[in-house]
Amino acid sequence: MVDVPFDTVAGVPPAEVGEVELYHPRSWWTRYVFSQDAKIIAIQYSITAMSIGMVALVLSWLMRLQLGFPGTFSFIDPNQYLQFITMHGMIMVIYLLTALFLGGFGNYLIPLMVGARDMVFPYVNMLSYWVYLLAVMVLVSTFFVPGGPTGAGWTLYPPQAILSGTPGQDWGIVLMLASLILFIIGFTMGGLNYVVTVLQARTRGMTLMRLPLTVWGIFTATVMALLAFPALFVASVMLLLDRLLGTSFFMPTLVEMGTLTKYGGGSPILFQHLFWFFGHPEVYIVALPAFGIISDLISVHARKNIFGYRMMVWAIVAIGALSFVVWAHHMYVSGMHPYFGFFFATTTLIIAIPTAIKVYNWVLTLWRGDIHLTIPMLFALAFIITFVNGGLTGLFLGNVVVDVPLSDTMFVVAHFHMVMGIAPIMAVFGGIYHWYPKVTGRMLNEVLGRFHFWVSFLGAYAIFFPMHYLGLLGMPRRYHDIGETAFVPASAHDLNAFMSVAALIVGFAQLVFLFNLIWSLLKGKEAGGNPWGAASLEWQTPETPPGHGNWGKELPIVHRWAYDYSVPGAARDFVAQNEPPAGLSAQGSHA
Amino acid sequence: MAETALINNVEPPARPAGWRGIAADWSSDQRAFKNVSWGKAMMWIFLLSDTFIFSCFLLSYMTTRMTTTVAWPNPSEVFALTIGDKKIPLILIAIMTFILISSSGTMAMAVNFGYRRDRVKTAALMLATAAFGATFVGMQAFEWTKLIREGVRPWGNPWGAEQFGSSFFMITGFHGTHVTIGVIFLIAIARKVWRGDFDVERRGFFTSRKGHYEIVEITGLYWHFVDLVWVFIFALFYLW
Repeated sequence: MVDVPFDTVAGVPPAEVGEVELYHPRSWWTRYVFSQDAKIIAIQYSITAMSIGMVALVLSWLMRLQLGFPGTFSFIDPNQYLQFITMHGMIMVIYLLTALFLGGFGNYLIPLMVGARDMVFPYVNMLSYWVYLLAVMVLVSTFFVPGGPTGAGWTLYPPQAILSGTPGQDWGIVLMLASLILFIIGFTMGGLNYVVTVLQARTRGMTLMRLPLTVWGIFTATVMALLAFPALFVASVMLLLDRLLGTSFFMPTLVEMGTLTKYGGGSPILFQHLFWFFGHPEVYIVALPAFGIISDLISVHARKNIFGYRMMVWAIVAIGALSFVVWAHHMYVSGMHPYFGFFFATTTLIIAIPTAIKVYNWVLTLWRGDIHLTIPMLFALAFIITFVNGGLTGLFLGNVVVDVPLSDTMFVVAHFHMVMGIAPIMAVFGGIYHWYPKVTGRMLNEVLGRFHFWVSFLGAYAIFFPMHYLGLLGMPRRYHDIGETAFVPASAHDLNAFMSVAALIVGFAQLVFLFNLIWSLLKGKEAGGNPWGAASLEWQTPETPPGHGNWGKELPIVHRWAYDYSVPGAARDFVAQNEPPAGLSAQGSHA
Repeated sequence: MAETALINNVEPPARPAGWRGIAADWSSDQRAFKNVSWGKAMMWIFLLSDTFIFSCFLLSYMTTRMTTTVAWPNPSEVFALTIGDKKIPLILIAIMTFILISSSGTMAMAVNFGYRRDRVKTAALMLATAAFGATFVGMQAFEWTKLIREGVRPWGNPWGAEQFGSSFFMITGFHGTHVTIGVIFLIAIARKVWRGDFDVERRGFFTSRKGHYEIVEITGLYWHFVDLVWVFIFALFYLW
């Protein structure tokens, strides 16, 4: 047995909690629409998140068209350009990635992976989705109100966010803040579910140190979100009051269009602190679930146990904790005492240690593994590469003296797209290709999948690798039209055009992916219960897709961790988590 | 079934005390917090999250109080009532605080009688708690009205920094909303207790889960939290 000695439970203890009766749907509406089943809620979350993500994708095309071919597309004026970047950023970070990782993957995988029948509070879980949908609808409505969506940039910095020079000052900013507040309320309802389910509703034998790393990643990210979103909530409420009631929390005395505003005495820096106290953990809220998913994909598709499981868990927890004390590295140019700059640079660079542990462990898991270059594995490898790439530029930007000249250049844009755009999206895709067979019972089409992977991965590099170079040249971000500037050579414009073409191609590849999702649902190859030969619990359900209550009559009993692959002497090249040890099966167990 | 029989042979090991016990609980299966129900765990985690919200509000208030260049109004004068001929500073707030803290007492007694399954006393004490809470909100409304009459607005006031009014209305408003929600919950749960829902384990209307007296304690957790937050608001806003 390759069971790990530190997490053994002496035998299997008796059940501590009796079975809780599930809510059983009585009609089509309560089964598929107002469903309290975490699996349905997960699918609802995923579809909504991907739909709004498509909007953000189209916005990125429009931005790239303007940047690559300035002056050609007369319908994109500077105001609209600012609105596009704002909405693109906000949607991608919060409404797509956060919702998809926690609401989508979290809802589907947590109950299955910990061996529960459902989330602990199915009704609250359902409300969570509907409030999220409402938040998305409020967000989308900003496109149709007078003045359009806000163009304040995704960080919504006051004072400019609510002053009249900024597009969307009438309605856009108000609805954006309202939508954020709704999102946080909805997320909190879901997040409490995920945390309590992981802590209190695991099946017999499932210790915390036997959880798949996916659950660890989602769990830690959820805890972080429950502690970080309050800062955004407070910032949104106060900014909303500044805008609507004329309070001056964030607004100093200032002159607007030649007249003195009614504001006075507020602190714009306060908003930045609140925003980044949320905003930095947010980076890891989307990164930690990706870490977990990638760990599982690599282990399954390299047929090898994850290297250093315990270190992987502690690295996730350490990154989660550290990410709360680094926020001011986003504010170096706002000005701060040099000692604070030193403190925040130090904590920022310390994060590299647990992160590097994770990267080494992924690589060491691959080392001498039986690597199957399946589509999930390809995406996992792409994740490691892009994440290392983005992480290394993070080391540059974490230092005050390097950050100050690079701040607000394309280098920063390239950095955060690599590390929290491309990398988590690679994990999302890998996760979808990996778990789609469990969700639908069918495999995604292999040819379309490989096409999607290569175009997305190489295309992402074609977009963002040159962007680092543009940033080092000093090309600023958020500029509608850079024009003829002495420090930007003509060749940089060619590079911009190249990146825009690449962005269009990558965008179209995502349409292929969406087509694949729908086509495979109808015509895909039958998958069976466990097509990848995975050991973790969600692949051992009696039905595929899992039925209501997940486990049929009896809850599974867990005897080992989730990573027993290629165990010498075992009948198959994996040992499922709920497979009884030899001693037990000899006594006539049926599991 | 063979499997079940085999499992039941395993005696759960005695749990050690202190830090070792915590380590043992966290490295065990099924539950990290032994003897803590789902509902109670959820309320504790929610309160932790809510603590961060109130902390952010209070820290923001303190920051703006320090950054504003205009003098801060003197709370002892602003929050004074003239009773008879005497101007008594902070008298209303003192009474409000006393009432809210007292309501924590009645709440704790309600929890006690809830676990003794004393339907009538539990419901009565919960309603008393709700009445205290409603009185608190009522007095807060009185205070708001008084200040608004005197010219305090979120965007300005006669005595100094405009952040005074905005922070005051925002923080006490947010806290008052919490108290109001608590009062509504208390009345709803008191009704269920009175009706005997938890004796017959009647199912929830939305959740279809069986009801237990534990919900009284969970409501109590929320109520005590709201009281505790008030202590911080009182100290940092009225006494500073």
